[in-house]
Amino acid sequence: MIELYVLLIFMIIGAIVAIEMKDLLSSVIAVGAVGLGLSIVLLILKAPDVAITQLVVEILCLIILIRATLKKDLPFSTTGRWLLNSLITTGFIVVFLFVAIKAFKDLPEFGYPIMRVANTYLKEGLVKTGASNLVASVILDFRAYDTLGEATVLFTAVIGVLAIIRRIGRKKKDEVVEEDDE
Amino acid sequence: MSKEHDKGMSLIVKVITRLTVGLILLYGIYIVLHGHVSPGGGFAGGVIIALSFVHLFLAYGKDVALKKLPKTAMSFFESMGAILFLSIALLGFTGGYFFLNFISKGEPFRLFSAGIIPLCNIAISLKVGAGLFAIFVVLVLLKFEWEKKE
Repeated sequence: MIELYVLLIFMIIGAIVAIEMKDLLSSVIAVGAVGLGLSIVLLILKAPDVAITQLVVEILCLIILIRATLKKDLPFSTTGRWLLNSLITTGFIVVFLFVAIKAFKDLPEFGYPIMRVANTYLKEGLVKTGASNLVASVILDFRAYDTLGEATVLFTAVIGVLAIIRRIGRKKKDEVVEEDDE
Repeated sequence: MSKEHDKGMSLIVKVITRLTVGLILLYGIYIVLHGHVSPGGGFAGGVIIALSFVHLFLAYGKDVALKKLPKTAMSFFESMGAILFLSIALLGFTGGYFFLNFISKGEPFRLFSAGIIPLCNIAISLKVGAGLFAIFVVLVLLKFEWEKKE
């Protein structure tokens, strides 16, 4: 259990570093450190499926962040109503902590969930679906509707991104747009 | 070096990429096909397949990567994965209800087992791999209005 707390503290430090760093590249790398820490935490909690997905998606997000956004001159404003913003943020944090303390009292102890539905899946998953990876049997057989919804969300996201790009491409039809390759 | 390989990163990166990119693609396919036996599955394997093409894109530049997987092929695979997944789900109506596991389950811990689950994994991996690579390409090649004027 101690290594879990070490990793959690490492992730919190990484997140604070990512916010406070002035250099964008260092900030993105700190975010990556947080994600890799999260994937090791998931491995310690014995969830290798989620750990693999987290690791891989983290790498893809980092590459997209570094390659696609870092070199653009994005507008970045530091001035503004920082006093009001800090006050609102603090207020929200206090409210959320208060509600969380009230709500988390009723949750089962960490690592000992109430397994009413999961018990059935664990007992009958192998017999009913024939898949020895119980996670696959849950996401693609018992709860396949969820996976269908997730696939629809991804499909919509891809179509949205492609539509945005096509609009710009049409706008500058006669102009040859140079694309940088490095 | 030929002229089309002038773009991209340095020679060291290109050689290492040439050696590793096939292994990464193979690993993604392995993760997908063994999704019902070992940890992994369609989503993780699909992202690894997309990452292999991203690797090629970063090292060799836009032209080489888009020659391997053109934009039309990307949208084809993406739509194909979605339709395949939905049609597998709809084929369950032959036996009764949506998402019915209508193929025989087979022997557990074998590669050919678990009915429709490996087929669903393959469909999802096609969708996720092509879709995420399309998002990457589009975001990298995106130019904002104020950048074009400079």
